[in-house]
Amino acid sequence: MNAPVDYLLHLADNAVVLGQRNAEWCGHGPILEEDIALANVSLDHIGQARLLYQLAAARMGGGASEDSLAYFRDETAFRNYTLLELPHHGPLVGYAASDRDYAVTIVRNFFYGALMVLVWDALTRSADADLAAIAAKSLKEARYHLHHAADWVVRLGDGTDESHARAQAAVDHLFRYTEEFWLPSPAETEAVASGIGVDVVSLRAAWDALVDETLAEATLSRPAVRGYVPEGKLGRHSEHLGYLLGEMQGLARAHPGATW
Amino acid sequence: MYTQAMDIPDAAAKPAGVSRTPDAQDAAFEARIDADGRIEPQDWMPEAYRKTLVRQISQHAHSEIVGMLPEGNWISRAPSLKRKAILIAKVQDEGGHGLYLYSAAETLGTSRDQMLEALHSGKAKYSSIFNYPTLSWADVGVIGWLVDGAAIMNQIPLCRCSYGPYARAMVRVCKEESFHQRQGYEALLVMMKGSDAQKAMVQDAVTRWWWKCLAMFGPPDADSPHSAQGLRWGIKRIGNDELRQKFVDATVPQAEVLGVTLPDPDLKWNEARQHYDYGQIDWAEFWATVEGDGPCNRERLATRVKAHRDGQWVRDAALAHARKQQQRKNKEAA
Repeated sequence: MNAPVDYLLHLADNAVVLGQRNAEWCGHGPILEEDIALANVSLDHIGQARLLYQLAAARMGGGASEDSLAYFRDETAFRNYTLLELPHHGPLVGYAASDRDYAVTIVRNFFYGALMVLVWDALTRSADADLAAIAAKSLKEARYHLHHAADWVVRLGDGTDESHARAQAAVDHLFRYTEEFWLPSPAETEAVASGIGVDVVSLRAAWDALVDETLAEATLSRPAVRGYVPEGKLGRHSEHLGYLLGEMQGLARAHPGATW
Repeated sequence: MYTQAMDIPDAAAKPAGVSRTPDAQDAAFEARIDADGRIEPQDWMPEAYRKTLVRQISQHAHSEIVGMLPEGNWISRAPSLKRKAILIAKVQDEGGHGLYLYSAAETLGTSRDQMLEALHSGKAKYSSIFNYPTLSWADVGVIGWLVDGAAIMNQIPLCRCSYGPYARAMVRVCKEESFHQRQGYEALLVMMKGSDAQKAMVQDAVTRWWWKCLAMFGPPDADSPHSAQGLRWGIKRIGNDELRQKFVDATVPQAEVLGVTLPDPDLKWNEARQHYDYGQIDWAEFWATVEGDGPCNRERLATRVKAHRDGQWVRDAALAHARKQQQRKNKEAA
């Protein structure tokens, strides 16, 4: 049983976009150990993206490859969560000159990590054997990512007044982007119907429990959410993805057909 | 990634003079050096030996960390996911080398904070090679092939360095650097089989980096302020000129296989010497860059300082949390 290509692309786009974002800290981390840890997290995501794109490409045929999918699709074709494309700073427009805020990075990795330990775990039982194998590998990585991010959420929340304020601001900024997790896309609905995908709505209680436990330990509060619900996984993104892809794809697109 | 540290004086270092006292400790130290033995952190060592090592190892660590920047410049734009993964892993390795080396230097009684302070204030140096820009994707391959290649030439002898922790750290560093060098060369081989634009990119990068890499071995031995003492102490094992010649001899055939031209009209095989002759290195440009006036010195240092300064609140939070945890534990125990 084969997963719908759009479903694989959603998982792959999540991984490549967050991998790209986490790698932005390489050489700029707050302490050398964190520089190395975030590079590791990034590498895991790029690795996940490669496996998923390779699987999607094999099923699409027609000369598709991991790189044609990563480098030669436009913003509106990307199916990642909007949360993952946001820059490492608070609510500023994409071309605002601004500093990276480690709290934003950590809180994002935490929200996404808490989701993905549940998603990958469920997908290890997918009717798509290839996807189940990728899930088994990715689950181990996601557990580490969640562990790393949750530890830091607690350190930042419990640490100093400044770190607490930054962590709370990051939670307030990012929380509403998690609403997108719970609105099934057509690809997700199709994948669930065929026993391939995971019913995200069924994961919500477990995600809430994971998140609430860590936020409580970190003495951080969960904001009320209303209004805008992002739709990145439907291809409608924030203003930020265009910059991210512009940078990521530029060289590859300047040399179409080249082998690197 | 690389050190030319023995040769680059910094403001903190006093001239290393041989200070032999008749004292028994000193005699034991000298005897161990003469017998090619290892000095360990708990052993007595002359102050000048300790200072020289702190300078060299910390400069080496700083080079690893600053060296993450020029290559990191291309992570976000790597033209394939495979190359992106390889590059992230490589730059991460450099961070790991920095970590071992700071730890090795800490065994000499200096803290990472002190060493970083010396870097950020401009007192400590790092390898000047990282003060040049990475202008195209081919630079990533050329840095692997030539810069890491030169680094390996310098670093293999350091695996036999008289100071144990440094020598042991270098064994691991050298293994990873050799891997980086092969990866860099392989990336260039692929590009040289590609389009004219890719080939031109490789040639341009080789042309820009070649002379900088030759200068990485430091000034000629006759002009090298720290070489003689370093050789005596078993910290340095082979002179700058000999290492540079080894590098040239090893690299010319590799350039031929790759199909690139090394930008030196004087480069030719000398049958009598059984070595390649090569042209004059521009030492004035080298020293200007070492002294702070290269194309990227200010950017590199300012970026390190900013990362450290911006990270202060994160480090403070971790410490504050650890203290609170401890207090809570103590309270529970009471």
